[in-house]
Amino acid sequence: MEYSLGQEELDVIEEVLQEDLLDLGVNCVFLIDMAGNVIANLDNGQMEHDIYSLAALAAGNFGAVSEMAKIIGEDEFSLLFHKGEKESIHFSKVMADFLLVTIFGKETSLGFLRLKVAEAVGKIRKILEP
Amino acid sequence: MYDGLFVIRFSVKGNGSSGKHCPARYLILAFVNLKKKEVQVKVVYYGPGRGGKTTNLEYIYKRFNKRIKTEMVTIKTHGDRTLFFDFLPFDIGKIKGYDVKIQLYTVPGQVKYDSTRRLVLRGVDAIVFVADSMKVRREKNILALKNLQKNLLSYKKSIFKIPLVLQYNKRDLADQGIPVLPFEILEKDLNSQLKAPSFEASAMSGENVVQTMKQIISMTMRSLQRDLK
Ligand SMILES: Nc1nc2c(ncn2[C@@H]2O[C@H](COP(=O)(O)OP(=O)(O)OP(=O)(O)O)[C@@H](O)[C@H]2O)c(=O)[nH]1
Ligand SMILES: [Mg+2]
Repeated sequence: MEYSLGQEELDVIEEVLQEDLLDLGVNCVFLIDMAGNVIANLDNGQMEHDIYSLAALAAGNFGAVSEMAKIIGEDEFSLLFHKGEKESIHFSKVMADFLLVTIFGKETSLGFLRLKVAEAVGKIRKILEP
Repeated sequence: MYDGLFVIRFSVKGNGSSGKHCPARYLILAFVNLKKKEVQVKVVYYGPGRGGKTTNLEYIYKRFNKRIKTEMVTIKTHGDRTLFFDFLPFDIGKIKGYDVKIQLYTVPGQVKYDSTRRLVLRGVDAIVFVADSMKVRREKNILALKNLQKNLLSYKKSIFKIPLVLQYNKRDLADQGIPVLPFEILEKDLNSQLKAPSFEASAMSGENVVQTMKQIISMTMRSLQRDLK
């Protein structure tokens, strides 16, 4: 895995995350790589989640689920989502090496969120693509 | 490093054309975030099952609990064996103006968990190999080291190039009359080709646990500092 991003590109990524996701009411969103490194993270200012631990676990979790998919002959599972009482967490792969993780509350519907995540992922992909 | 670089993670690909900014000395540079002025370094503790990898991290966590603000993350079975990994983020302060975040991971040592072990190794910057000094574990150490070499290769990394420290753990057992491999044998078995720094340690009592960690961090930092200008 090899990638590099300029500061400008990162600014654009943060802008996308802000406008497409945070402004719509999600609590927290972060972009990580599959090694568990945090590339960008934004939240609504009310969250105190430990992003670095979440990133390590999200990368591991995603890796494990991908291996399961392979074993049963699927390329990947299209919906990766854990529902909680107050907060839920949604994962979306961005190309081969990145993962967009979104944490959102009850007031955001899953359908709407998926739509918005897909839009954001499309934009981020354009930036990350070599 | 070239101007304006924000995030950079190298792995040398076969054609060697990774660009002018890629120093080929080490296969990997850590993860550098120029915008946040932050470096994330992934250090993985590897080694045979029950060798003491988790105990190393637990000791570090206890010892530095004032500096480590978050909980240690562990995914283990009821029997206390690591099922996926342990994770301990460790801030070591600033180097050349960059906040350096060391991220310590352990792998599950049990043979059957090879696929999860490989997942944890993804994006690794440096390795601590924790060998078990008990005489009965001699073969297991050798197999685990071979397994490490193989799994690194699956990410196109060489065990000879990645920063690596060996730790011969459980030295305290000798005092209890439990047969322990002499240092020389361990060196011959595991380190005759690698020639990596090695430590006799006891993760239980903490002996040389911090030294092991300091050694791997300083080796990683040395390769990093050259590039953080
Ligand atoms: N006497 C002694 N026991 C140790 C030492 N280090 C670890 N142990 C013991 O060895 C056992 C296994 O230690 P762990 O740290 O869980 O080993 P591990 O390498 O994480 O094992 P896996 O997760 O299965 O890969 C535990 O009962 C520890 O208390 C040591 O230095 N001396
Ligand atoms: Mg363990």
